[in-house]
Parts: sequence; C-alpha cells; structure tokens
Amino acid sequence: MSPANRAHPDPRTADPAAPDLGLRAHLVVERPAFRLDIALTVAPGEVVALLGPNGAGKTTALRALAGLTPPTGGRIDLAGTCLDDAGRTFVPPERRDVGVVFQDYLLFPHLTALENVAFGPRCRGASRTHARAIASDWLARVGLADLAGRRPRHLSGGQAQRVALARALALRPALLLLDEPLAALDARTRLETRAELHRHLADHPGATLVVTHDPLDAFVLADRLVILEHGRVVQEGDAAAVTARPRTDYVARLVGLNLYRGRGGGHTVTLPTGMVLTTADTVHGDAFVAFPPTAVALHPDPPQGSPRNTWSATVTGIARHGDHVRVQLVGGPGEASADITPTAAATLRLAPGQTIWAAVKATETRAYPAG
Amino acid sequence: MPAPLAVPAALALAFLVLPLVGLLVRAPWDTVPQRLVAPEVLAALRLSLVAATLATVVCLVLGVPLAWLLARVEFPGRRVVRALITVPLVLPPVVGGLALLLLLGRRGLIGQWLYTWFDITIPFTTTAVVIAEAFVAMPFLVIAVEGALRGIDNRYEEAAATLGANRWTTFRRVTLPLVAPGIAAGAVLCWARALGEFGATITFAGNFPGRTQTMPLSVYLLLETDPPAAIVLSLVLLAVSVGILVALRDKWIGSPA
Repeated sequence: MSPANRAHPDPRTADPAAPDLGLRAHLVVERPAFRLDIALTVAPGEVVALLGPNGAGKTTALRALAGLTPPTGGRIDLAGTCLDDAGRTFVPPERRDVGVVFQDYLLFPHLTALENVAFGPRCRGASRTHARAIASDWLARVGLADLAGRRPRHLSGGQAQRVALARALALRPALLLLDEPLAALDARTRLETRAELHRHLADHPGATLVVTHDPLDAFVLADRLVILEHGRVVQEGDAAAVTARPRTDYVARLVGLNLYRGRGGGHTVTLPTGMVLTTADTVHGDAFVAFPPTAVALHPDPPQGSPRNTWSATVTGIARHGDHVRVQLVGGPGEASADITPTAAATLRLAPGQTIWAAVKATETRAYPAG
Repeated sequence: MPAPLAVPAALALAFLVLPLVGLLVRAPWDTVPQRLVAPEVLAALRLSLVAATLATVVCLVLGVPLAWLLARVEFPGRRVVRALITVPLVLPPVVGGLALLLLLGRRGLIGQWLYTWFDITIPFTTTAVVIAEAFVAMPFLVIAVEGALRGIDNRYEEAAATLGANRWTTFRRVTLPLVAPGIAAGAVLCWARALGEFGATITFAGNFPGRTQTMPLSVYLLLETDPPAAIVLSLVLLAVSVGILVALRDKWIGSPA
C-alpha cells in the first residue's frame, strides 16, 4: 500500500455539484423488513451526531459510510471523491479516507497500544520508524504516552477508548466515524472521557459523525443532530432547536417533553382525542404542542380558574425521578408525564388506577407547525 | 453408581489402557538404550521425524489458506469442498495410498507426464512418504484452523480494513496472529497423524529402509524378525503421543497473548 492508494479526487467520478470537502451522502440500504434511506451532509470540521433508538439503522449507516456494508442504492461523496454510487462505483474500506472508532474499540489484542496506532500509517505506506513516530505523537495527544507498550487487555476501558481514537485519528481521515464511543464505559469514566473526546473532535479538521443513542453524548459532542427512526431522518438541527421543538415522540422523550400533534386554529390545537388545548403561541393547520412534565399540575378535584387546560386522567405509573415524583397519566390529550414534588404526591395519596385532574397553563405550552 | 453403567465403563477403560500396560510390561527395558541407538532404528526415527515435519509444513502452507477460504469467502459449492476435505479423514489409508499411486504413479494421471517430461518418479521415494502423510494429515489441520478462524471476531479484520489494510496485509498482520494458537494446535495434531501414518505410506511409498521405511512400517516389519525391537519403537511412538496430549492439554482453544 502506498499513500497514492488513498482516495483522492478523481475528475471522472467527482460530482460537479458536490462540495469539494466534507461528506455528502444519500444512503440506501435495503434488507428484508428494513430499509435505511437517509441524506447526510457533514462539513469539514463539523461534528454531527446520528441519534436514534436501537434498531433505527444508525450502525448500518456507519457501516455503509465505512464501506463495510455495501449500500443497495444512493451515493456517497467524500472530499470531492465518489466512494459509492449505487453499485457503479465502490471504493473498498481500505481505500477510503475514513477512520472508524468502533463501539468496543476492536484494538488488536496481539499488538501494543503503540503498534495499534501505528497500524494505519504503516498500511498507508509509512516506514516502520515514521509510523511509530506518528503513533507516539498521537498517544501523547490523548495522554497515553507512558502506556505505549501495553497490550489492550492491560488497558482500562477509558484508556482503550483513547487508543482507539488515536488509532483512527492517526490517518487524519477526511471522515471520522464513531460508533457509540462512550457506551462501553462506566458512568464516571464516561463523564471524563466525554469532555476529552469533545476536545479531540473539535480539533479534528475533517468531518465527524458520531452514532449514539444517548442524547447527552449527542448534545455535548455534536454541533448538529440528525435524528433517525425506522431508517428515516425524522428531525435535524442543533441541540437548542431539537430540544425546543421535538417532532416525534422519541425526540420528545429524549428531551423530556410531552408532545401532541393536532390541528391548530389560532390559540388552540385540537387533538385526535377530541381535546382542545389552549396555547400561547398562534398556529394554524397541522401542528405540535409540547410542554414539560413540570408544567403539569395535579389536583384531586376539577381545578377552577380560566387560563388552564384541564382534563381528567387515570394514573398509570408513579416513579421517583431525581428529586421529584414522575406520574404517568392517560386521558385528555393522550399519555402524559407529570413531575410533582414528593410532598404533593403524598398529599394526593397517588395510586395506579386512580382518577385525578391534570392542568397545564397555556403559557407553559409551546405550539409550532408540524408541516 | 449403578452396576449396568459402572461395569461396562470399567471394562471400556481397561480395554483402552491394558494394551498399553502390556506394551510397558513386555518392553525389554534392560536393552532399550542399546536398541534405541541401533542404526536401523535411528534411520527409521530420523526419516519419520523429517517426513512428518515436512508433511506438516506442506499442510501448513497449503492448508491454512484453504481453511481461510472456507471460513472467510462465500463461494458456490463451499459445503461440497468442506465435505471433500473430510474424505481423507474417514477413507481407509490404504485406499488413499492406492489413489495417490493412480494419480502420481509412473503411469498415473499426472505421474505419467512428470515421468515423460521431467523424468520425475514419485512413488517409492521419501517424497512419496511426505505426500502420503500430508494427504492423510491435512484434514486435521484444515478443520482445526477453520474452527479457529470462525472463532475469532471477524470485526478485527474489518477494523484493519478501515485502517487501510488490504486482505493480504489483514491476513498477515491481524488474522494470522489471532489464530496462531489454533494453527499451533492443528499443526501438532497434523504432525502426530503424519508420524503414525502406515497404510497410505506402505501402499504409495513402499518399505525401503532409510528411504521410505518410517517408524510404523519398521514396527510392523520388526514384529516378524525382532519383536523386542518392535516394542522399543512402539514405546517411542507412545511417548510421542503422550507428549502431544500433554502439550495440547489446554491449548485446543487458546487466547492470543
């Protein structure tokens, strides 16, 4: 292998409309009972999180970008080179300018940390000495210079994660892919590693795509979120936009909001259940209404007073949630979560199956178009 | 313990162990050292070790790639190929030797051309011993290595690909080190099988002292002329077998260092 084998722009295959740098992909992977069909763009230096529940197709997307699972359709352009064009072009993984940090790192168990990091440069044509120099440099950058001679099984989870990151970055890939980079770590290590990973990703001049099911990882690490459900992109945007205006139940749960969809008629939204919610925002047509669980007040009797949406609900679950009590309700707009203080919960003598009154002020709701 | 189980179990154990006890009891222990260094014994020993080692090398060079092909490449007829590989395992070795003779003999399918064009005769040479042993022993290696290859996580190979390694580099620098314990175990089994080979060897390579007469052949021949010498050679083969069992005790599936 020589450096010339790396994917370089080729005027014959480059799409004139594609950006010169960064990733532009339309991924289609069809399998029995599953179809992934998403468009993704990541600019150089940008960190995008691909966030979604298990089985949404995140790892399939990552494998397609790396060339490990050939897509059945679509097109992938990276740094002005076409990597894949619905079977007409297929650049194999070893010739893609793509680095991968795997979920369980996959450090080669028979090689030391240094040899693991030097593996890539060596395959791409660096001399043994040069490859080891590059590897030493990267291990120093991730703070593991003194562990260069250790085998992976003598590294802690956090250290192995950093070696895997150094190994992927040592090739300075135009696209860096990370598959659930923090999922294998315990809570405390995860906290430290997340901050450190954020620093390295921010420094990486290439495009970065982080696959995760953990919204916190996505919010901390990424500049932009792409949310995937059932093989489709359901929402895109920065953390602020996504948390303010979730567009699916999954996203609403991720950001901890109650979400309903209905028809807006000015300051009201009529839900499929027949309930009419009064909102502070003005919306017309197909619309979402969202409010946080803390905005839901519970009363033993029908509350009096006007600017409230009230409904009779049945308690389906009660659980401790941080320093408050989360009550699951059904009725009125549909399913809803309410967060109340332990004192309030005790006063209400809550029990599953109990009927109770719920109320939300119009000013605590957010309404926005769904179209 | 119920007698219907205990009695047959004890009989089975006795059946397997007593013959070996017989070998040990009847061994001419006082003359073992002299007999071991007798020229014809040394010649058979040397030939056996050399031929079994060469056969193992042949099996490694050809068998490891075959095992890789079976474990890693999807191709039509893979199941048929795997079945064909196991044929020498169950085939009577004499039949194997005869088959080799019909292929590589002076008038064999390939042998006639080797003889006419290159003046090469394979049967009844040390080469024939190596070929006969490799033929019989290769399935052991291929099956052991294929199992080892299937046992390792092939995502290590994917990781190597994302780091720019082509399939050959990946095989050399990742796959091979990961399956090294499996290859070692397979090679030892293969070597042991080659060392004990009798039927295919005597059929295809004949029984020429110093050239094709390996230890098992020697044991068979000495039984007619010099039974104590046959017992001494058998003891050597027994010692080797026990040694291999000890060596492989917990190496059937090893983990990479």
